[in-house]
Order: sequence, then C-alpha cells, then structure tokens
Amino acid sequence: MLLAFDTATALVSVAVHDGSTVRAEAVSGAPMKHGEHLAPLIAAVLADAGVTMAEVTGIAVGVGPGPFTGLRVGLVTARTLGLALGVPVHGVCTLDVLAAEAIASGAVVGEFVVATDARRKEVYLAAYDETGARVSGPEVVRPAAAATPSPAAGEGPVLYPDAFPHAVGPTQPSAGWLARLVLSGTVEVLDPEPLYLRRPDAVAAAPASKPGA
Amino acid sequence: MAAMNEPLVLGIETSCDETGVGIVRGHTLLADAVASSVEEHARFGGVVPEVASRAHLEAMVPTIQRACDTAGIALRDVDAIAVTSGPGLAGALLVGVAAAKSLALALDKPLYGVNHLASHVAVDQLEHGALPDRCLAMLVSGGHSSLLLVDDITLGVTPLGATIDDAAGEAFDKVARVLGLPFPGGPHIDRAARDGQITIDFPRGLSNRKDLERHRFDFSFSGLKTAVARWIEAREASGEPVPVADVAASFQEAVCDVLTRKAMDAAISNNIDTIMIGGGVAANSRLRALAQSRAEERGITIRVPRPGLCTDNGAMVAALGSELVARGRTPSALDLPADSSLPVTTVVA
Ligand SMILES: [Zn+2]
Repeated sequence: MLLAFDTATALVSVAVHDGSTVRAEAVSGAPMKHGEHLAPLIAAVLADAGVTMAEVTGIAVGVGPGPFTGLRVGLVTARTLGLALGVPVHGVCTLDVLAAEAIASGAVVGEFVVATDARRKEVYLAAYDETGARVSGPEVVRPAAAATPSPAAGEGPVLYPDAFPHAVGPTQPSAGWLARLVLSGTVEVLDPEPLYLRRPDAVAAAPASKPGA
Repeated sequence: MAAMNEPLVLGIETSCDETGVGIVRGHTLLADAVASSVEEHARFGGVVPEVASRAHLEAMVPTIQRACDTAGIALRDVDAIAVTSGPGLAGALLVGVAAAKSLALALDKPLYGVNHLASHVAVDQLEHGALPDRCLAMLVSGGHSSLLLVDDITLGVTPLGATIDDAAGEAFDKVARVLGLPFPGGPHIDRAARDGQITIDFPRGLSNRKDLERHRFDFSFSGLKTAVARWIEAREASGEPVPVADVAASFQEAVCDVLTRKAMDAAISNNIDTIMIGGGVAANSRLRALAQSRAEERGITIRVPRPGLCTDNGAMVAALGSELVARGRTPSALDLPADSSLPVTTVVA
C-alpha cells in the first residue's frame, strides 16, 4: 500500500494505491490550509480505502517546487510517517506529476511545458518531450521570459494566459498520479528534500512576534 | 525512578529557532534533544523565520531519533504526543505541528497542541516535582515578560501583567548590539557583567508611583534600552572609552531589579508563597541570585529549572503533555492549527 500526497500547490491532494489501482483519492476544499488539512485528509483517504496505517508499505511525496510553507508540511509529514512506520519515502518533482497526467490523459502530444504558481509574479517551470521526459527545469522564472505557444499544464497558463496561450489539463497535481508514477518506475525518484529554488529572504523576525527562548 | 504506569509522552517544540524533542515519563525526564539554528541567525541580529523553518524540517527526524535513542524507547511505546501549537513564528510552528500529527496518526496516539508559555511553567515539575496548588509564574524571554497566576496548569493561567513594549530578552539583545556583543545577547551580557560593577543608575520602567497605579504588574524595557544607548553615545562623544562590563552589569541590574521587585509584589499581594521563573532570561545568573535573596527575605520559595530547561526545548512540552494525560484532559483534533498568537490563557488548543 503506497500512501501518496502533494502539498506543493494551494491545495492538498492525498491518495492510496494498492499496487494495481488507486483505491481512494481526495483533494482539500480550501486553499493554503496545508497544516490543517493534510493529516485529517490522510486519515479520511485511508478509511475510504479500507486501509490501516499498519498496512502502509511506502510513502510518496511531491517535493515541489512550490510555496515553501505548504511544501514543508508535506515533507515533514512524509519523513515523520516514514520514520514512525519504518517504511521508505519516495520524493517526486511535483511538475513531473502534472506532466505524467497530461500525457496519460491525452491532453498533450509532442513537446509541452508545466508551469505552476510561484507567486511574486513568477512561475515554476519545466519542459518535457513527447514521452514525458523532463528536458529542462525545474526553475523559477517570470512568465514573459518563459512565454511559449507549446501546450502548458498547471496553474501557470490560467494565471498568465498571455505567456501560455495553449492551456491544457491538468491544473493541479494529483496524488493518484504521483502514486502511479512511483509504482511504474518511470520517474526519477528523489530524496524527500524540498525543491525551494529560492534562497530564504534574510529578514529577521519582528521581535514582538518571536517567542525567543 | 519513574513508575511504568505513568504516561510516556513525547513533546515537540519548534516555535522559534530551536528544534526540540523531549521524552518524559510522568515527572521524570528521559530525553531532551535540541538542535538549534541560532548560529545561522547570528549575522542577521535576530531570528530569520524562513531560515528557522528550513532548519526545523531538516532537524526534525534526526532529533526525534536522538531523543528516542537517549530515552531508550521505541516510538510505538509512547502514550501521547504533545506539540507547541503557539504562540511563536507561524511557519516554524507549522513544521512541529505537522510532525506531531504524523506521529499521532502513525502510532494511533492522542495529540495535544499546547501553549508554549504554559510549557515553560510545566517544565519545572521535571526538576522540582509537582507544582503547588497555587503559584506565581514569571516568564521572561526574547518574546515575553509576563506575570501569571497558576492554579492548575492543565486548565489555564490568569495573566497579572506583561511587558507593554519590549520583552526582557529583547532588551538584552538590543543592548548587547550597542555594546558590540554577539547575538543572542543574554548570555554575553551575563558573562560581561561578571567583570563589571553596578556604577550607572539606569531607569526602572513603570516603577514610579503614577505608573504603578495603572501598571503595577506590567513591565517596560524600551526606555531602559534607549537610556543605555544614550549613555554610550554620550560617552563616545566625549572621547572616553565605554566600560562594557560596567554598562552590562548596570543594565542587567536594572532589568533584574524591576523583574524581581514586581514578582515579589505580585506574590505577596495575592498571598502566594511560591514563585516559578521560566523562559530564556531565567538562565541569567543575576536574576536567579537576586530573586533568591529577595524571596528568602519574604519567606517565598523560588523555583527555577536549570538553565538548559529554561530555554526552549521539547522536554517542557512533554512535561505539560504528561500532566494533561494524567489529568485526563481532552486531546486536540487532527485539524489543529498552528496559531502564532495563541493567547496565554489557552493551555490546550
Ligand atoms: Zn520560550
């Protein structure tokens, strides 16, 4: 039983795969609530699939790139579950998950890109060939600098239609596809390390908001 | 020696720059593993939230493992998970809360999202046993300076007073900076002051009669910090060297004098005979000595945990968690949020 989840976009996606099929999958209802939603959603999806924690034999997690706060919720959850259950944790680039679904659903034939919201008027971008192999990225760029008439999956084309006029599905990464990818062995499996792609803003906390020691 | 029927609780603390994982059985401390990112923040003169959050993610699993190894337990032995859910830095809290939920889920054990400040009070039970039925807690750190009335730490606390501007620890950091001492300022000022004399009479905030009418148990350290900076500027302007040790000693005395004076007043006026002191500033040697001598004169007992348990750690969270389990308090839900401004009156979120 592979428990898969991705928190690298505004929503949380969770799925359970039993080795032959996705048994259950769900997406959180409200954006930017990764910390509140992920754990209850895991419990709900496991219950829906009729699977107990003890039956989970592996964890798959989207490692981004994505907004840092949500990304960390997914990664610390994956690592801690892996430790407590004694099972391996497989990381996958979140853009690869979107690419896999785009190909499998027939939304793209030929070369295409995946662009997701990096905020600050930028996108996380990767380019793929017709087989779904990543040929460049992931990187963080301004949409205008990445403008392409190629088909584009992810939320990028929704937010920046001028740069990505040829929008195709999907817009959100699916944990079901994340699980299928890991089990298929056709994707580069990474350590569960976050793909931040940006340095931290080196601004000290306002002292009033820090508990200090 | 811990009785095996007492609850075995693992506590996680990530509200600022320390990743803490503690394990207790009842009031017995079994492990207190802490990984700090303080050195990564030193060059910024304060804690950088994104740097702290990244460090928490990297440190979490190794720190949990280290705590279990030290305690000689397996994770599946744990009876409950406790975690600081606030107050603190939002992104930093979130890492600890998510890790705690994962443990609770994987191990099928209750989760307690607890208040950081109440944990600073509860930790003293690991050192000095059960808290008395009623005590005064003075919590002094980089973010808080509070006087709290504590009857039952698992139910709530009653705030008597707090800082109206800077926290005590913040004043230490700022004065250290003008003295050219490194961040964090507390331990460096404490060390420098040992070689100095109390030669300068710096102001005691909210201590004159008029202020006491409205702010009897409140603190203010902003004026003190400014007074120290002005004093140094004047000295430098006149071409004289700054006596760092004397300034450190005099500043530290002003802080400790007003803290202990107000704590004694609060205890006596509420008929309380025990004062518990916690938070990072409680590690200050002058504060400990002055509180002790003033309390003795008044027949008051001072309880201060050893310095390592005063600063942020996971053991304090586990200590509060263990008390909550022992008293049968209701655990938190799995959708527990990290609350950067959790009020001091909320013990379990
Ligand atoms: Zn603290």
